[in-house]
Amino acid sequence: MGATLQSFLAGFDPYLLQILVNIGIAIVLALGLNVIVGLTGQLSLGHAAFMSIGAFASALITNKLGLAFGANLILTGVITAVVAAMIGFPILRLTGDYLAICTLGFAEIVKVFFLNFEPANKALGLTVQNAKTEIPIPIWVFIVAVLSVVLVSFVQTSRFGRALKAIREDEIAAEAMGINLTRYKIQAFALGSFMAGVGGGLYAHFLSYINPSDFGFLKSVDILSMVVLGGLGSVPGTVFGSAVLASAPEFLRFMSQYRMLVYGALLVFLMVFRPNGLMGGVNVMDLLLRAIGKKPAGVAFKEKPTT
Amino acid sequence: MFLQQLINGIALGSVYSLIALGYTMVYGIITLINFAHGEIFMVGAFVGLLLISVAKVNIFFAIIGAMVFCMVLGVVVELVAYRALRKSSRLSALISAIGVSIFLSSLALMVFGADAKGFPDNAFPVTQLHIGNADVSTLQLVIIAVSALLMMGLEFIVQKTKIGKAMRATSEDYNTSALMGINVNRVISFTFALGSALAAAGGVLVGVLFNAVSFNMGLMAGLKAFAAAVLGGIGSIPGAMLGGLLLGVSEVFGVAIGYSSYRDAIAFSILVLVLLLKPTGLLGQKITKKV
Repeated sequence: MGATLQSFLAGFDPYLLQILVNIGIAIVLALGLNVIVGLTGQLSLGHAAFMSIGAFASALITNKLGLAFGANLILTGVITAVVAAMIGFPILRLTGDYLAICTLGFAEIVKVFFLNFEPANKALGLTVQNAKTEIPIPIWVFIVAVLSVVLVSFVQTSRFGRALKAIREDEIAAEAMGINLTRYKIQAFALGSFMAGVGGGLYAHFLSYINPSDFGFLKSVDILSMVVLGGLGSVPGTVFGSAVLASAPEFLRFMSQYRMLVYGALLVFLMVFRPNGLMGGVNVMDLLLRAIGKKPAGVAFKEKPTT
Repeated sequence: MFLQQLINGIALGSVYSLIALGYTMVYGIITLINFAHGEIFMVGAFVGLLLISVAKVNIFFAIIGAMVFCMVLGVVVELVAYRALRKSSRLSALISAIGVSIFLSSLALMVFGADAKGFPDNAFPVTQLHIGNADVSTLQLVIIAVSALLMMGLEFIVQKTKIGKAMRATSEDYNTSALMGINVNRVISFTFALGSALAAAGGVLVGVLFNAVSFNMGLMAGLKAFAAAVLGGIGSIPGAMLGGLLLGVSEVFGVAIGYSSYRDAIAFSILVLVLLLKPTGLLGQKITKKV
C-alpha cells in the first residue's frame, strides 16, 4: 500500500505538493486555535508554543523511541494537551488582554527553554529521522487535516461546543446557567493544544529539521491571522483562511522582495474592508443549498463574532 | 557591582518605560494592543541614525527630529489602519495592527538591508565616570535624564493641559466624553502622536546605547515594553513607568548572575508570575464586571 501511495504522490508536482502540505498543516493548527479563540473567545497569542512542544516531542519520540507514526502523533497530542492543561489551570483565570499577554509570555519562555534544551541540540536545531510508517507524510497530513475538520465541526454542534459558545458570549450568564467556566476553558485549551501538538508533529516529520526559532511570536501571529481572516468560529472560514494565508507567500513570490510588504498591507486592507473575516457571517450550507436550487431552512439567529 | 548593575538596569528600564507608555496610553483610550508600536520605535531609531550620520546633527536634535517624524507616522497609521475598525471587533483591529507591523519592518528591511547599522564613532562622545565603585558612562546618564525629562513632560501634558484633561476623560468613558463635546478623534490622534514620539526617542537612545539599529529590533523591544505595560497595569501611566524599570533592572540582574541565555525569558517569567498573583498588574485598577 505504501508503494502505491508513493507512486500516486510522484504524479504530483513537488512544488504544488509542498504548498498543499503547508495548507494541510496550517488547517490543523488554525482549527485548533479556532476552538480556543473562535469558539471559547479566549485570546491566545502563544499557539506556536504548543506547536513547538508537539514538534519536539514527536521528533524525540521518533529519534529515541522509534514508535510507529500513528501512535507517535497521538502520544504527542496527549503530551501537548497535558502541558496545556497544566499551564491553563492557573492562567485561564485571567481575562482578555491579560490572558493574551500571558500566553505570549509563556510562548517566549517555551522558545527559550528549547533553545537551551540539551536533548534537542539547543539552538542548533534537531534533525528528525524518518517516520516509522509505510504511508508517506503528505498523505498523513491530508488525513489529519480532514479528521480535524470533522472533529471541530462535530465539537461545534455538540453539547460541549454550545457550552464553549455560551462562555464566549457572556461568562457571567454562562456561569449562572451552571456551566463550570474553569473546566470548560481548560478542556477547550487542551483540545486546541492537542491539535497544535499533532500539527507540530506533522510539521517536524515533513521538514525533517526543526529549530526553536521557527516557533516564535510571528508563527503564533500567522496562525491567529488565519483564524481571524477566515472568520472567527467558522470552520469553513478557518479552512479558507488557512488556505489563503499558507499559500499567499507562494503566490506573492513573483514580487520577490516586496512579498512581506504586500502581505502586511494585505492584512490591513482585508481587515478594514472585511472586519468580520472573509467568511464571517456567511452561511456556507445556505449558499450550497441555494446553488442547487433549494430553499435553505429558516435561519433562527445569526451568529455574531465576538471579542 | 550591585550599583553598577542597578544603573545599567535603570538605563535599559527607562527605555522600556518610554515604549511602554505608548502602549498603555493607546490601550487606555481605545483598548487596542497597538502591535505596530514596536515598529514605530524601530523607525525612530533609523530616523535618528540618518540624522546623525547623514545630516551630522548632534544627538539631541536627532532625538527631536525622530520624535517629530514618528508623531506624523503614528497619526497616519491610526488614520489608515485603525480608524475604520473602531466599531468592529477588537481582534480585527489587532490583526490590522499586526499587518502594519509586518509592513513597516519589511519596508525597513528593503530600504536599509538586513544587517545592523552602527552609529558613527563621534555620534556621542562617551566618558566614563566613577561613582563609588561603579563605572557609569555619560551616555547612560543622558538616557536616564532624557527619559525622566520626557516622562515629566508627559505627566505635565496629561495632568495640566486641556488636551490632557480630554485624554483622561476619553479614557474614563469614550461615549460620554463625545457627548460632552470632546472631539474624540482628535484626542485619539493626539494620543498616538504622543506615544509614537516617546517610542521614537526610546529608539534613538537604544540605538546609541547598543550601537546597533536593525529592521527587526522593534519586535522584541515592543513585546517586552508591552509586557512592562501589562506588568504595571495596562492603562495606567505610572504603572508603565514602574513596569519598564522593573523589567529592565531584573533583566540586567538576571544576566549578571549568569542566566544570559535565558535573557528574553526573564522578563516574561516575571510578568507571568506577577499576573498570577495580581491579575490586573501592579498598579492596575480592579475591574468589576457588571451583568
